[in-house]
Amino acid sequence: MPSADEIYEKVRDTLVDALGVDDDEVTPKATLIGDLGAESIDFLDIVFRLEKNFDIKIPRGELFPENLATADSGFVADGKVTTDGIAQLRTKMPHADIDSFAKDPVVSRISDLFTVDMICKFIAARLK
Amino acid sequence: MRWYWIDKFIEFESGKRAKSVKNVSLAEEHLHDHFPGFPVMPGSLMIEGMAQTGGILLGEHFKFEYNVILAKVPKVTFHSWACPGDQLIYTADLQDAKPEGGSVTVTATVGDRLVADAEIVFVHLNSSDPQLSRIDQKNFVFRMNLLDILTVGKAGSGEQPAAS
Repeated sequence: MPSADEIYEKVRDTLVDALGVDDDEVTPKATLIGDLGAESIDFLDIVFRLEKNFDIKIPRGELFPENLATADSGFVADGKVTTDGIAQLRTKMPHADIDSFAKDPVVSRISDLFTVDMICKFIAARLK
Repeated sequence: MRWYWIDKFIEFESGKRAKSVKNVSLAEEHLHDHFPGFPVMPGSLMIEGMAQTGGILLGEHFKFEYNVILAKVPKVTFHSWACPGDQLIYTADLQDAKPEGGSVTVTATVGDRLVADAEIVFVHLNSSDPQLSRIDQKNFVFRMNLLDILTVGKAGSGEQPAAS
């Protein structure tokens, strides 16, 4: 089982390769979309690389769940994610910082849940 | 214009590797502009040929169940160029193949000379996917007519084309 630092370094290298960013841009708190400029297609590329670099399998939707709190999901009211929706996020994204999000659950902030730290925690849980 | 950027397959190992040929010819109109007096195969079209080789390899792995779409070229390096009379060989190795998409690494060579190497990522879309109609058809690695290349490849080796 690699240490948290080793996991972080490998995740950082993975993101440098997949997103073409500099390694100093990758910080634990960096958001993939907002800070590192990831687009939807990059998520598949990141999954492929993580699988290879850590020799694990990541089933579809486990690391990056799809269709989170879409308009017709029933988890959105007035542009905010409802309490039920937040509970669903906790289930689907156990490694994301849902507590911070819940303080201001605006739908547009959902993408900020995808951070470098979330990936590291996901990988650490996978390798246990 | 017919969007074929490979001429035939010379090797096809299902789920693993495919090798195709692209013969560069001065009969190709665009070479006279790219560049006047110095015709070279455009890198963008080499990427297209590499994507067609890798995309068909991926598509065949899933028995052509999905529409394979060129999504991303994370890395491509051009080491040299290809001129009229050169025979480019594209060798694609399947790296990942999942229901949601796949990836390949591909090299382009002329003889022993490495011309380019690339990593290419594809996504799959089902024909029922509402996003499908929003995508430019050119991003499709293949429609059914491109699959003729597989048949041509087999015919070229003297084998009977597979019944379709």
